[in-house]
Amino acid sequence: MGISMVKITLNEGAGGEAMQKFIKDLVSRIELKKTPDGSGLDKLEDAGILKIGDTNIALTTDTYTVNPIFFPGGDIGKLAFCGTVNDLAVMGAQPLALSLAFVIEDGMEKKDVERIMDSINEQSKLSGIPIITGDTKVVEKGKVDKIIINTAGIGVVKYDVSNYWAKPGNIMIVSGSVGDHGLSLLAKRFGFESKLESDCTCLWNVIKELIKIDGIYSMKDPTRGGLAACLNEIAKKSNVGIYVREENIPVKAEAKVIGETLGVDPLQTACEGRLVLSVDRYSVDKIMKILKKFNQDTSIIGEVKETPKGKVIIETLSGGKRFLESPIGEAYPRIC
Amino acid sequence: MQFILRDRRDVEKILKKIEKINPSYDITIMEVCGSHSQTISKFALRSLLPKNIHLISGPGCPVCVTPARNIDIALEMAKNKDVIITTFGDAYRLPGTNGSLAEMKNVKIIYSLEESVELARKNPDKHIVHLAMGFETTSPSTAVEILENQDLDNFHIISSHRLIPPAMEFLVKGNNNIDAFICPGHVSAIIGSKPYEKLAKVYKKPSVVSGFEPVDVFLATYMILEQLTTNDIKVEIEYDRAVRPEGNVVALNKLKEVFDVEDANWRGLGVIEKSGFVLKKKFEKFDALKIFDVEVGESVDIKPGCKCGDIMKGLAKPTDCPHFKRGCTPQRPVGPCMVSVEGACNVAYRYGY
Repeated sequence: MGISMVKITLNEGAGGEAMQKFIKDLVSRIELKKTPDGSGLDKLEDAGILKIGDTNIALTTDTYTVNPIFFPGGDIGKLAFCGTVNDLAVMGAQPLALSLAFVIEDGMEKKDVERIMDSINEQSKLSGIPIITGDTKVVEKGKVDKIIINTAGIGVVKYDVSNYWAKPGNIMIVSGSVGDHGLSLLAKRFGFESKLESDCTCLWNVIKELIKIDGIYSMKDPTRGGLAACLNEIAKKSNVGIYVREENIPVKAEAKVIGETLGVDPLQTACEGRLVLSVDRYSVDKIMKILKKFNQDTSIIGEVKETPKGKVIIETLSGGKRFLESPIGEAYPRIC
Repeated sequence: MQFILRDRRDVEKILKKIEKINPSYDITIMEVCGSHSQTISKFALRSLLPKNIHLISGPGCPVCVTPARNIDIALEMAKNKDVIITTFGDAYRLPGTNGSLAEMKNVKIIYSLEESVELARKNPDKHIVHLAMGFETTSPSTAVEILENQDLDNFHIISSHRLIPPAMEFLVKGNNNIDAFICPGHVSAIIGSKPYEKLAKVYKKPSVVSGFEPVDVFLATYMILEQLTTNDIKVEIEYDRAVRPEGNVVALNKLKEVFDVEDANWRGLGVIEKSGFVLKKKFEKFDALKIFDVEVGESVDIKPGCKCGDIMKGLAKPTDCPHFKRGCTPQRPVGPCMVSVEGACNVAYRYGY
């Protein structure tokens, strides 16, 4: 083949298999992927780790583009702050500080930018995490849709946890109903009357409590691609088989109905404030107690087995068993 | 809201009844509705049935059976800057002979045909061409829009509307491995159960109209087994909360008013007698094929190696195809069954087979 004419499509950003492949291809072009003592792009985890003295530092960055920018349960500012805090927290790192960068479209209402800024401020105060640097660019009309936000975060690793470490015998837990974020946004976009709200939350407060307990092997916040993509990533990276029971996976009644109507599976739809954990069975009770304090819907959804390696098996509501696949692409872009 | 017809306790009850009357020989049951394909795979129903009962998918996805020629024509029309093509999202990536609508600029995805009509009203200087596809379920809405907008001169359709019962007859004539049919629920809500009588009487195929929940599908399966074991072959309605034997008379009358029924090409199956809806002469101005003088070369429905034809006939499984999950994925489909979420290959890609 001559010059490649392949174009990037929205699928390459949707959090499913297409995005995984695209990112792998891109990352392969970077030769220096980590510091000598750390882990980095080679692992494709939520944050890279580098060593300064005896301290392990976690560093992460994420960019947010969402439509609509104000949605039930949050806005792009809250999303950008919490998303980056969560990427650090699920690495067992205590977030120290964030950076904040805006790309704003010419003509955007100033009061909307201020509202976003206030929302970020609120989250920053709630979690006690400061924003210590930033950047703002304004671009011509039509070059971005209203606003794109980038945040980076730095934290100190307090607990060793990795999505490569789920072990056969571990119990899988999800810390609340899944799909709320994606489905509440879709409901708004399609003009459905719905009380469903995004689950967008900073997870550091929960994780701060969790890391006092031994026995957590892997911890991840399902975002794009939802629970399905998250479980598949853990199964692949840990080279284990994950078994889940659909009847134990919490999905809100409204999310079910909106999902059915639009043909979107809540299990494959974005969350923004949930945790998926694989934990030692002797620690389950303690961990469940903490998680339930924050969210009553927390549920044990299944367990980790030796095989089939790299795969997730779901026992459906009707009792049949099949693979739970990562979503392929996303019919609805720009959810987070 | 509770989805009561999915509950494993109810499913287990019916499974027990199925096991009780299950004969030992192989029984192949074909469904001809994409929503059934989805239910069966999403709830992994095959994994629950006795090994000798095989559920297979037929030509039940309207996007899958739309000829490449209709896409080729739409692509050619889309080159005209005075034309806007509208389509439902599931046909957006449907490959024609060379390329799909996803590559063209003046193509708009709509959620209901009203949007297409609205577009025509708002853009009197443009021609709106809608790629109309679907079985008897969606054809009435096309008929209604045409009847209600007869003043419009810039709204046209390329009709790929098809009738399901002739395709079922075509399949049993050519393929003896189908033992029974799970008849489509939505289509039957319009046409009723009578059009399947011939399948039962002449071809001796138990035909049961089924709903779309796991309990529905297993109950229909049970009814089929009961017919086979008692040798009392007939048409039955399991989905009686939505389907009447006579169907939806109002919708059927609208269809009769707007369309003639002619022989039509089904992608992957070939030409089937009296199986396509074509606009009647008095509605000619809505027929894009009559309004635009568009030349396209020879169209290719099935690309080399692609097994979509055999899959829709029930002669192959998606996993038998050399392209499946390799060159052919929902992002870049090679064959028509990989495109829509109702297509057999797309369903198998997402939920496994």
